[in-house]
Amino acid sequence: MRRTDSPHPGVASRPDGGSARDRILARLKAAQAGGRYPTPAAGEWYGPRDRNESPAERARRFQANMEAARAEVYRVNDGNWVEKLREILAAKGLTNLLLAPATPHGRLARQGLTGGAVACLAYDRPIEAWKPALFNDVQASLTAARGAIAETGSLILWPDADEPRLMSLVPPVHIVLVDAGTIHATFFDALQAENWAAGLPTNALLISSPSKTADIQQTLAYGAHGPKELVVLLKEVA
Amino acid sequence: MSEKPLHFMPTEGFRERSKAVVENEFLQKSFRAAMDFLMTKRAAQFPDADELESLRRLGERIRQNSLDKLPALLTQLETNLTRNGIHVHWAENADQANAIILDICKKHGAKRMVKGKSMVSEEIEFNHAAEAAGVEAIETDMGEYILQLAGEKPSHIIMPAIHKTKQQIAKLFAEQIPGVAYTEDVDALIQIGRTVLRQKFLEADIGLSGVNFAVAETGTLCLVENEGNGRLSTTAPRVHVAITGIEKVVEKLEHVPPLFSLLTRSATGQAVTTYFNMISKPRQPGEKDGPEEVHLVLLDNGRTQPYADEELRKTLQCIRCGACMNHCPVYTHIGGHAYGTTYPGPIGEIISPHLMGLEATATLPSASSLCGACGEVCPVKIPIPDLLVRLRSEINSKPGSGSPLQGQGAGYSRLMTAVWRGWAAIYANPAFYRLYSWLVSRFNWLTPAGQGGWTSVRTPLRPAPKRLRDLLAERE
Repeated sequence: MRRTDSPHPGVASRPDGGSARDRILARLKAAQAGGRYPTPAAGEWYGPRDRNESPAERARRFQANMEAARAEVYRVNDGNWVEKLREILAAKGLTNLLLAPATPHGRLARQGLTGGAVACLAYDRPIEAWKPALFNDVQASLTAARGAIAETGSLILWPDADEPRLMSLVPPVHIVLVDAGTIHATFFDALQAENWAAGLPTNALLISSPSKTADIQQTLAYGAHGPKELVVLLKEVA
Repeated sequence: MSEKPLHFMPTEGFRERSKAVVENEFLQKSFRAAMDFLMTKRAAQFPDADELESLRRLGERIRQNSLDKLPALLTQLETNLTRNGIHVHWAENADQANAIILDICKKHGAKRMVKGKSMVSEEIEFNHAAEAAGVEAIETDMGEYILQLAGEKPSHIIMPAIHKTKQQIAKLFAEQIPGVAYTEDVDALIQIGRTVLRQKFLEADIGLSGVNFAVAETGTLCLVENEGNGRLSTTAPRVHVAITGIEKVVEKLEHVPPLFSLLTRSATGQAVTTYFNMISKPRQPGEKDGPEEVHLVLLDNGRTQPYADEELRKTLQCIRCGACMNHCPVYTHIGGHAYGTTYPGPIGEIISPHLMGLEATATLPSASSLCGACGEVCPVKIPIPDLLVRLRSEINSKPGSGSPLQGQGAGYSRLMTAVWRGWAAIYANPAFYRLYSWLVSRFNWLTPAGQGGWTSVRTPLRPAPKRLRDLLAERE
């Protein structure tokens, strides 16, 4: 069998032909016919599948899908969610909670937990200043979700300066507060209704279960690298 | 399988490697069970055949649209990523891609890298290049981590360690990780991996990841995963480098949900994965974590070759779900390592010839019974069987026939071509065929008892003493 060292003619052997970028684009342009396909509109597929469900039905579907993926979901309201949070932390025997005191929900949670067995921690400095402590000492975190998706049972998070990216990832227990009024039917609906294309944040996330893997003999195991437990406080529409 | 470094080595040894697996009863059973499991899970995700068909059609159109406008979309992606503060690099081959990534490491004095799962990084054999440059590159996907400890390559693009049993992994962990006792408990094994790799995430100064979809419209890199190692690799270190093939771009953000849905349902039979991670910028002023620098390496490495041909271009529609290998009877019998390529199974048989040249991959397009299962399950409707037939004729046709494919004619044989020409001439002409069939039926006693590979496991083929036309004539 013949073998050549460079399977791609004219690739590495022509340093004079401009940059790699120019050569790749030139090859593509030389081959391109172009303009045969109109840009597909995904809405044409999702539109006819609109379920026209009530907010309550949508919330039920969201909850059922999340629970099927081993998230714990609790129905709460404005008046009792902090109490529920306290109960959950106590039941799990947690002694500290990372929260965002600058947010309204973070402030309420801290007020409600003051004087109890749970120490409230704040992500109030850049990660470089406390990385080992975040990785080794923080037991749980509380963040809000921007919204949710009923079809797949997914939480939508846009991490920001108050609730940074690692906050929903490194602590072994992640507790999420989500407003039932923000549940969309599908991922497509969420990004269309909120016009995500007009401006995405540094990082946008969907979270649909505790961290998991089936890499050993297709056996599902939870708590791979992210949170081992995902707790959802689903705040009902008042 | 344990010697290191282990390079991909297609054609040579393909038959021997396949034979070894086929004769291993244990592997036969475990591959069969794993593929049955994945096929059942996928089927459960698509209970409505019409919904599946229309979604596949949408997926196909989205990917065809991406390829149709590829050069324009790549420049749009570059413009938007650059505007967002992400550095874009272009690499024509593996060496250039490795040099770009290692140069970024060098600039930051980065010696400890955590890697999210990236088949493109396997394709360019980055880990060897990193080792040579003194950079410790740790695989953090559980399957990839297991294989790195074992000094092996992935045998499946979605489930890299699908060929390993929990007993083998238990033994490997006990031998390779200090202070770990032998346990076959899968949860315990995963927790061992978690503990070791957490320390790596904490210490790493650079992270590497692949990309599932790159959105031109917004300048966004999308990553699909279950474990959280992809998010950690792209968030915890100061620098994040993503690498992807040039074909992974989509035009619009609204094109992402249908492809994401097709991908997870086809790959592992999940309605959705644990995490869908969309990265558009490095850390912004006031933000407290995330990498300060984000880079994207766009890799050609032979992809422009199928792009140049309207039929072969469909190869690049692939979203790497692995459903074609899960449904392939050949893959199920020989496993991923036998192919000797980064991408095994049907998709590997049609993409590897462009990445590595047809000389090195001449036997691969024949490693198919053309049963059609791969094309039937492909979520973006790549006509894989048609492309296999096309590549077979490129391989076996006379060299220098004007085809632009690297290595065309690598399997050309003058004798074989003459035999088939003769066969075609006989079967195309009624008079020749009548004479030929009379001769072989009357002289069937001349048929040799040994007929090469055929009679190694079967009785010899012998023409009947009378032809169908003779039998019919007797009845009249």
